[in-house]
Amino acid sequence: MSSNLIEARGLGVSDGRRRILYDVDMALRSGEIVTIVGPNGAGKTTLLRALVGALKPSEGEVWRRRRLRIGYTPQKLTIDRTLPLTVDRFVALGSGAGRAARRAALETVGIPELDGSQVTDLSGGELQRAALARALLREPDLLALDEPTEGLDQPGEAAFYRLIDRVRRQTGAAVCMISHDLHVVMGASDRVVCLNGHVCCEGAPLHVTGTPEYRALFGLGTQGALALYRHEHDHTHGHVHHQTHGAVGTEHHRGRDHGHALAGSGGAQP
Amino acid sequence: MTELLGDFMVRAALAGVGVALAAGPLGCLVVWRRMAYVGDTVAHAALLGVALALALEIGVIPGVLAVALLVALAVARGSGGRYAADTLLGVAAHGGLAVGLVVLSFVSGAQGDLSAWLFGDILAVGPWDLALIWAAAGLATAGLALGWTRLLNSTINEELAAAEGGDPESDRLLLTVALALLVAAALKVVGALLVGAMLILPAAAARPLVRTPEAMALTAAGLGAMAVLGGLRFAWMADTPAGPSIVVAALALFLVANAVGRMRRMVR
Repeated sequence: MSSNLIEARGLGVSDGRRRILYDVDMALRSGEIVTIVGPNGAGKTTLLRALVGALKPSEGEVWRRRRLRIGYTPQKLTIDRTLPLTVDRFVALGSGAGRAARRAALETVGIPELDGSQVTDLSGGELQRAALARALLREPDLLALDEPTEGLDQPGEAAFYRLIDRVRRQTGAAVCMISHDLHVVMGASDRVVCLNGHVCCEGAPLHVTGTPEYRALFGLGTQGALALYRHEHDHTHGHVHHQTHGAVGTEHHRGRDHGHALAGSGGAQP
Repeated sequence: MTELLGDFMVRAALAGVGVALAAGPLGCLVVWRRMAYVGDTVAHAALLGVALALALEIGVIPGVLAVALLVALAVARGSGGRYAADTLLGVAAHGGLAVGLVVLSFVSGAQGDLSAWLFGDILAVGPWDLALIWAAAGLATAGLALGWTRLLNSTINEELAAAEGGDPESDRLLLTVALALLVAAALKVVGALLVGAMLILPAAAARPLVRTPEAMALTAAGLGAMAVLGGLRFAWMADTPAGPSIVVAALALFLVANAVGRMRRMVR
């Protein structure tokens, strides 16, 4: 318990018309790499924002360890074109890091030559790297990354996950990220949280992919994109428990009925 | 010094420069955060403050400050819901202006001064006005200077600032109070309709010339002061209204700065 960095209890977020998240219980422990997966509109970004304190939950509570240092990269960082700001300054504003450390951080994320450029001249991918450099310089206890590999090609993505792994080993920072790329996620994470308005299932990657909740959300093998939204009706809570006991014994796993936020099987999205 | 301040032209210049120096950094933040319409809304609604101050026979600047503060806070809170933010701001801006004009018509002796409230009456700034203007402008600038780094961080991205331990909500409050102070200071200088111009034009003019936020804030302050002095001089020579002349001078600086910026890019 004492190694928890963040705990969410009964977390719910609604935007006035719709409940984006409900009944979310989840904890982030120090040093682990957790990936949040889920279909579009599942509330992944909202959950990450609520966890890091960028958004006030409408229900429940989020506990954070005192003086927890978070390095956060938002999904999309749009900086107004009228704001003159060099990359080096942007990176510096997140911490008190000195010039040499800032150079090293930009080197680490692969954009050392851009330190004097204006942030408004960067591409989306370059800006995301700059944001990562800023996050790393904070010497964070937790790196919270919202779709950090968006806009990277496959080698870039692989390099990114190697970087994250290296950072974790060197600094002991926990990492919580959102990703769409399931295959890569499976190799890079200690724990996967499968989200669809609430936590459908969580656990070690291999364990999670075996649960009916995961399959319901991400389809069974080759059924394609439509399967992402298809509603599996043939599992019940009893079924879930059966599966859980049959799976990796020590792994923490909760199963729950899911998918009711989406329209019925094969139906159009709301 | 006292003798010098006795000259209405000197007082006008000092009042205008004081407002311009505060409007530079604040205007930059307003531009970066795309709050141009918020500035207009608070300024227009300030006319209601004038009307109430005259009706209650209290000082105009405190009256304007009180109403500007209320409106700015209401605007900062009342976003979301049924209407888009700019629709609500439009309602508040035009509503405030119209209600202010109607209430002013009930106040005896105020009708003749209407254009002074709408377009400013910088040549009528008295020594006491000057003191209040510099106090309000100085307070606004001091607040911005003290909170500059955090204001900058929450301007870049509020979520990022919050995740890094910042408090974007109180940053917004600081900005709102500074805005109300500036409107109160600037009302007599350029009037309710042109306060927004003092915020936006110098900041926009500074943009093509700079590479850092601080340089933009200082350049905007300097260009604003130049616009005040140039506009006053022009008004004196050509016998034009002072407030609009100042804004025209700022517009000229904006055009020149953009031409300079374009030439620099072509040279590079």
